[in-house]
Amino acid sequence: MRELTQPAVAARPGPPSVDAQRRAARWDLLVELAVTGAGVAGIVLLLLMIVFVVREALPLVLDPVQREQASLAKLLLPQPWRDGHAPALLWNPTSKVPKVSVWPLVIGTLKVTGVALAVAAPAGVAAALFTSEFAPSRLRTWVKPTIELLAGIPSVVLGSFALMTLASALQSAFGFDFRLNALVAGLAMSLAIVPVIYTLSDDALRAVPHTYREAALALGATRWETAFRVVLPAAAPGVLGALVLGVGRAVGETMIVLMASGNAALVSANLAEPTRTVSATIAAEMGEVVMGSTHASLLFLLGAILFVFNLVLNVTAGAWVRARLARREGAPS
Amino acid sequence: MTLGARFALGRLFERLTALAAALIVLALGVVLVDVLRDGVGVVSWRFFVDEPGAGPTEGGIFPAIFGTVALTLVMTIIVMPLGVGAALYLHEYASPTSRLAGLARAAVHHLAGVPSIVYGLFGLGFFVHALGGALDAATGQALKWAQPGLLWAACTLAVLTLPTVIVATEEALRAVPSEVRLASLALGATRAQTLGRVVLPAAAPGILTAAVLAVSRGAGEVAPVLLTGVASWLPDLPGSLSSQFMHLGFHAYVLATQSPDVDAARPALAGTVAALLVLTFLLNLVAIVLRARLRRGMEAS
Amino acid sequence: MSGTVPARLGVLALLSWAMSASAGTLTIKGSDTMVALCQRWASAFRDANPGVRVQVTGGGSGTGLSALLEGSTDIAMSSRPIAPIELERLKQRTGVDPVVVEVARDGVTFFVNPANPVRALSVAQLAGLFSGDVTRWSQVGGDDRRVILYTRETTSGTSEFVRERLLGGLDFAPIAQPLPGTGAVVNAVSRERFGVGFGGAAFSRGVVPLRVRVADDEVAPTPEAVKSGRYPFSRSLTFVLARPAEGDTKRFLEWIASDAGQALVVAAGFFPLR
Repeated sequence: MRELTQPAVAARPGPPSVDAQRRAARWDLLVELAVTGAGVAGIVLLLLMIVFVVREALPLVLDPVQREQASLAKLLLPQPWRDGHAPALLWNPTSKVPKVSVWPLVIGTLKVTGVALAVAAPAGVAAALFTSEFAPSRLRTWVKPTIELLAGIPSVVLGSFALMTLASALQSAFGFDFRLNALVAGLAMSLAIVPVIYTLSDDALRAVPHTYREAALALGATRWETAFRVVLPAAAPGVLGALVLGVGRAVGETMIVLMASGNAALVSANLAEPTRTVSATIAAEMGEVVMGSTHASLLFLLGAILFVFNLVLNVTAGAWVRARLARREGAPS
Repeated sequence: MTLGARFALGRLFERLTALAAALIVLALGVVLVDVLRDGVGVVSWRFFVDEPGAGPTEGGIFPAIFGTVALTLVMTIIVMPLGVGAALYLHEYASPTSRLAGLARAAVHHLAGVPSIVYGLFGLGFFVHALGGALDAATGQALKWAQPGLLWAACTLAVLTLPTVIVATEEALRAVPSEVRLASLALGATRAQTLGRVVLPAAAPGILTAAVLAVSRGAGEVAPVLLTGVASWLPDLPGSLSSQFMHLGFHAYVLATQSPDVDAARPALAGTVAALLVLTFLLNLVAIVLRARLRRGMEAS
Repeated sequence: MSGTVPARLGVLALLSWAMSASAGTLTIKGSDTMVALCQRWASAFRDANPGVRVQVTGGGSGTGLSALLEGSTDIAMSSRPIAPIELERLKQRTGVDPVVVEVARDGVTFFVNPANPVRALSVAQLAGLFSGDVTRWSQVGGDDRRVILYTRETTSGTSEFVRERLLGGLDFAPIAQPLPGTGAVVNAVSRERFGVGFGGAAFSRGVVPLRVRVADDEVAPTPEAVKSGRYPFSRSLTFVLARPAEGDTKRFLEWIASDAGQALVVAAGFFPLR
């Protein structure tokens, strides 16, 4: 605005010189290349990650020695381990006779994730319903940031809480034989994933158009019926996304289970027994392995299992959401 | 069901949802109180500025604070250009139907779901062994870079936080009205000039939020640094990017599982956790406030 | 974005910091049992020799040896005997004979919760417990309650030592819970009435160390019994080096063997060499 009051011609530079234009064009190209490069970096990194994890696990298939030490039968079927005992599924790769069954670890991961999800999913979604549908707006403006803030509690903090306090509290309350068990780890894990599930569910619920609510209420539905039968189903893709992210976080979370699950590699459905997860195994054993050994390849195989599990989870959830959206758009309304 | 019963049932369920929200806040509050209370009255300010002493519970944690800050700083320097660049590509350059952009988006989405311990494996395999080994071979040094250290841990965390930065930056770019871009282009500015002088300044608070979110996520992660460069006891501050370092989260883990007398270590644990929480909470709080401003601004426009 | 002067200065400062050659750092890695002891040594050694940088990292004896093999540590701390194949691998890599130096003595202690009436067990009974053949305390003279076993992750030298010495190399019972640190084991046993675990002699606060029955005698892990080897789980704590020590490393080793260095062994709860 000030320029108008100044002698216009002297202050303004003339049209940009050909040189300057050329420079600008060069810059333009350069920036476009740089930015595209950065965009491609995500793809490159993902591919690199796959390549590296798979490459380190590949000797299990290619190297005859490793193929023998960790054959499919040893990975998947019960193996003899001690005279006078039935063959069993065990994980003990540094033993004199290495035992390399992945089942105890997979089952352990599923147990802990199951407990965490069973607690965090209802709690997180219910709390999201509360803040998006029922809570007075003053309360909402406090509750949501508080829970989001608590999402920043590092997992070692949750782990040491579980190890020292939660485990003793649960043992004295329920009289468990084992102080550290799948339930303790799962409950601590639920604290780690509940903020994730809550925040994303709340976002999804809030994104449902107000007309849905108004229509339901006008038809005589109660507030609860509106929220539960109309808004929640409408927000289902988003809520599912929240749950998927929660499961992904629980499956990969390491420090909590390493500290609180007892780490015994057992095949058992009992939640009150100690359990060992895939992620904790990688963290606990990676330090000592000699790169290139069967043990190292096995740990990278575990990493690949986690990786593939998440990929499958994401892809299936994505497909479900797309199918649902397509059905909704295709449905006569 | 009678109308009265329906309303009564509805109110009951509404109360249950309120209970769920209250329980979540309560549970997380209990964790904080439980972990921090042992430090009250025992931990003094000297704990945060002293170097660690001879015993595991003696002395302070300054190197761990410094290490955590240095680590996240280097991580930020690496992740921000990459993340902002990728977001600019996805939001400003790529056409909505671009196959490449679709692929990039899917990749970022999957990266966000990769467990942090797998990032640790990747960091060890790629950065430490492959890249570090190549760097040592190229410079003719015996084992400077091909071992865990600050730079590789920061790189690993940078990859880990990349999706966070991209998603948050995209949100910031969306908040910039497209009219200003069109106006700039119509005045003859190139796309790069439009980006640099119009879009980026307008999106700056949002991009700052992205950085803060990345830092608060990165500062709390222990599993990846476990494999890529952390040391239990290192009273000297890291002297170069290839040095190992102490880390608040890892230090808390060590105090909780490895000190000879865990109960005697509880005040130190509380102090360490407090430092870690101050770091992540303050940053989170900044991010939450910035983001709330940004969203309000978006709704207003 | 990075156009401002302070930002440029910051980058410059960071770059110069990044490029600065780190003065020779003495890196020590391995046994968790030995981390606290080594911290004491390193701290005192640093005070006496300003300018020397020492870093100590745990992770377990296995971790230290693996780092030594990779060349990413100067000294590996080991709380277990080194297997011949490990020495062979090291020699293959460097072409020089590796050096194993005994730096202190230790007696691995088995401990129970104070509420558990059991105070002494024979080696065979201990083996029964940890192999999983004995599952109830009543089988070894205690209450009729389930035995809760705590061990360490396989990276742990202490755990490997016990596995060799107690079980003759067989596995621990699958139900045994390997925890990530001896501190965690002690902490768990101090809170678990029917738990049993083991660790270095320095770790026994809040728990009761068991005496070991040898013939008709009950031997506690006292300095005398450990030194004389009468306590059956006596062991050496060692440093492993890929090649003979020189410079700061050499001075550090000499200082550890001195009276001043060995006095710290006692302070840390272990047993001196002499």
